[in-house]
Amino acid sequence: MAVKVIIPTPLRPYAGKLESVELEAMTVGEALRALTTRFSELEKHLFADDGRLRSFVNVYVNDEDIRYLQKEATHLREGDIVSIVPSIAGGSNIA
Amino acid sequence: MSGAVLKIRDDLLGRIHAHGVETYPHECCGALLGRDGDCAREVLELVPLENRRKDSPRNRFELTSDDVRLAEKKAREKQVELIGWYHSHPDAPARPSEFDREHAWPWYSYIIVSVRQREPRDTTSWRLRDDRSDYDSETIEFAAHSA
Repeated sequence: MAVKVIIPTPLRPYAGKLESVELEAMTVGEALRALTTRFSELEKHLFADDGRLRSFVNVYVNDEDIRYLQKEATHLREGDIVSIVPSIAGGSNIA
Repeated sequence: MSGAVLKIRDDLLGRIHAHGVETYPHECCGALLGRDGDCAREVLELVPLENRRKDSPRNRFELTSDDVRLAEKKAREKQVELIGWYHSHPDAPARPSEFDREHAWPWYSYIIVSVRQREPRDTTSWRLRDDRSDYDSETIEFAAHSA
């Protein structure tokens, strides 16, 4: 399936400065792996060392959060738009 | 020091400080909207947001992906960019923690204000390195008020 992945502004320097990338994938997981295969510098910002999507990286298919679909196994249809959106977290070192 | 510069008007910085005082002893947080130029980036608008972290708001903050999408929408409406985030460290230094680093992306500017006993103290800004190993500090410069 040909789908479009929207690259968030902070990650564009690692994706050829592109705003979006069109690629072939059957699932969200395949789309993300195809993306990081093409742009290897993206990998460390999307995936943790254990290969899992970082906890603060969220993925939407069209307007649906994949956490409420089948997560990375979510099937894609021709023309779907995949968006990568961070959640923001932090804090101080005090206990 | 990366050589990066973040310009911000003193009234906007004052609003970040006021937000940190208002939520003390809990962390405040919000989005920075502005423009990213070749030489410097400038904060033009703030989007104060609610700290979603209810279990440990004294030393943690969290914004959901819906909050981020809201900030992105506001940036598009105002024809500017979402250039970063601010948060406070109540009774702690204005330095990024390991927890901050684990939950950050490069490119964004991260302003941190230390609030001690309801008084805003140091304010710093940081950008995560490309290799995620550490932050580089970003020089904060005061921008002139526009007419």
